[in-house]
Amino acid sequence: MNERVLMTGNEACGEAAIRAGCRFFYAYPITPQNELLEYMAYRLPEVKGIFIQSESELAAISVVYGTAAAGKRVITASSSCGVALMQEGISYLAASRLPCVIVNISRAGPGLGRIAPSQSDYRQMTKGGGNGDYHIIVFGPASVQEMADLTYLAFDVADRYRNPVAILADGMLGQMMEPLVLPMWRKLKDLPPKPWAVTGAKDRERNLILAAPYTDEELIDINEELAKKYYSIEAEEERWETIFMGDAELVVVAFGISSRIALEAIECARNEGIKVGMIRPISLWPFPKKPFKNQVDNVRAYLVIEMNNGQMIEDVLLIRPRNIPVYHFGKGGGWIPTPKYVYEKIVRLWRNIS
Amino acid sequence: MQTFTRPNSMSMENIPYCPGCGHGIALRLIGEAIDDLDIIKKVIGIAPVGCAVRSWRLFKFDMTQAAHGRSPAVATGLKRSLPDKIIFTYQGDGDSAAIGLAELLHAALRCEKFSVFMINNAIYGATGGQLAPTTLIGQPTTSYPSGRDPRVMGYPINMSEIIAKISRNAYVARVAINSIRNIMEAKKVVIKALKTQQRQLGFSFVEILSPCPTGWNMKPLDSLKWIEEKMIPEYPLGEYAVPDSLHN
Repeated sequence: MNERVLMTGNEACGEAAIRAGCRFFYAYPITPQNELLEYMAYRLPEVKGIFIQSESELAAISVVYGTAAAGKRVITASSSCGVALMQEGISYLAASRLPCVIVNISRAGPGLGRIAPSQSDYRQMTKGGGNGDYHIIVFGPASVQEMADLTYLAFDVADRYRNPVAILADGMLGQMMEPLVLPMWRKLKDLPPKPWAVTGAKDRERNLILAAPYTDEELIDINEELAKKYYSIEAEEERWETIFMGDAELVVVAFGISSRIALEAIECARNEGIKVGMIRPISLWPFPKKPFKNQVDNVRAYLVIEMNNGQMIEDVLLIRPRNIPVYHFGKGGGWIPTPKYVYEKIVRLWRNIS
Repeated sequence: MQTFTRPNSMSMENIPYCPGCGHGIALRLIGEAIDDLDIIKKVIGIAPVGCAVRSWRLFKFDMTQAAHGRSPAVATGLKRSLPDKIIFTYQGDGDSAAIGLAELLHAALRCEKFSVFMINNAIYGATGGQLAPTTLIGQPTTSYPSGRDPRVMGYPINMSEIIAKISRNAYVARVAINSIRNIMEAKKVVIKALKTQQRQLGFSFVEILSPCPTGWNMKPLDSLKWIEEKMIPEYPLGEYAVPDSLHN
């Protein structure tokens, strides 16, 4: 049964988490994430779930750690500077191989910044701010539908790899309303078993959830195991969408809300006969390399459009084939491009490369 | 003939602590209490950072770790997910009264139904003897070698009194493990704390005055005397809060 509803991105994210079998949400209030916290505050008790407004983001992520260690699906959400505080716990979760979902409804930084939509946490989420050799998987939704779908998927991916998965959105995606189809309800009893969880050692050997082993050798082994896991995530979990890529000579690379704005400009440019296409990374880590390797014979330039001073462009520069030139269009601090701006940028660049 | 053995809930691992350290006694008291209450199959312990982290090797039941100071938050997540299990944290004074003060006080405020065992040895042991919030006035540490000066670093913190004040229907007590008599008393208190949790009455907190001869630069026997003469006057022993129905 398709349940078509009208919701904000924040609400869609919360409802999808509950339908994915998550009954635990812990967070600290911060704009523009508050609607997600408030949605969970009334919705979770309805499904016999637990909501705690924690004393800080430091605490919230550690409460998440406890519930993840108990083998339950759990989610937290914050925004930018709040996620910065969570980095301690995220590193511990990765070290302890605990699955959970972390949502960043980001705002413009650095520091306290302001609450305008921004993509300036790309580096924070994909490169991590916690200590040690670890990665978290990061999804960048571009619509309210994807806020639901990727949150829902995040729980399965987190459980599959025993690793935190993050959703990187922004205030615009969090607060705008769109129609969407809600995902199916998962039965709690059908969720994947977690024989490693600490639940009281009854009729089994005891379980240990360790962020620090006892010896140097064990830590080297754990790091090797983690590295292997990250290789397999890179091989299996790349996600992206390509648009008009068949004959594209100019390729826009944009994720999240920028890709929505860019798409409108690209459609106008196509009407003018400009051979422009788009690669939209959906998984931001692992960054999708495959679409850059496929269909590149025609490509003459990449244009990275992001609402920051140039963060994702670093990943594009690392993997671009044949030294194809890469241009950046973006600004930090809460700047939002209009389709007209992007269109003009595409036209200028097209003239330069033709 | 009676044989002195380790509690059933404890492993035969070597005790990974310095000679004269109180951690071995404190952990044994928790192990004995878990045996006495027959809860080994439902108990989950949390070992955070510092000397306390080594506790997971000495117990035989499910254990998890926590970031420095965050074990009351981890315990909250565990207890809210598994309300019928027995959850405890085993924390040092730096962990609970400095870096994790917010997590501990807010868990107490929320009346979370788990138990906190806090070792008060007036010093940072694992990192080599720096000042703790519990360091006594005049006590030398490696970070303030001429002794704690209240004009620079304030006064020692009395955690039991604070928690008794803010947590409703909690069990809060301070014990010492410097003499046979005090150790016997401490055992009773540890059992009461776990019973408070078992009966879902409220938060339970036990502050354990414990010797750190290495950190204090003392002989083990002198450190026991120092607890009696210096620490107990600053940190009076006793029950600071008892839930109404604990004795029923």
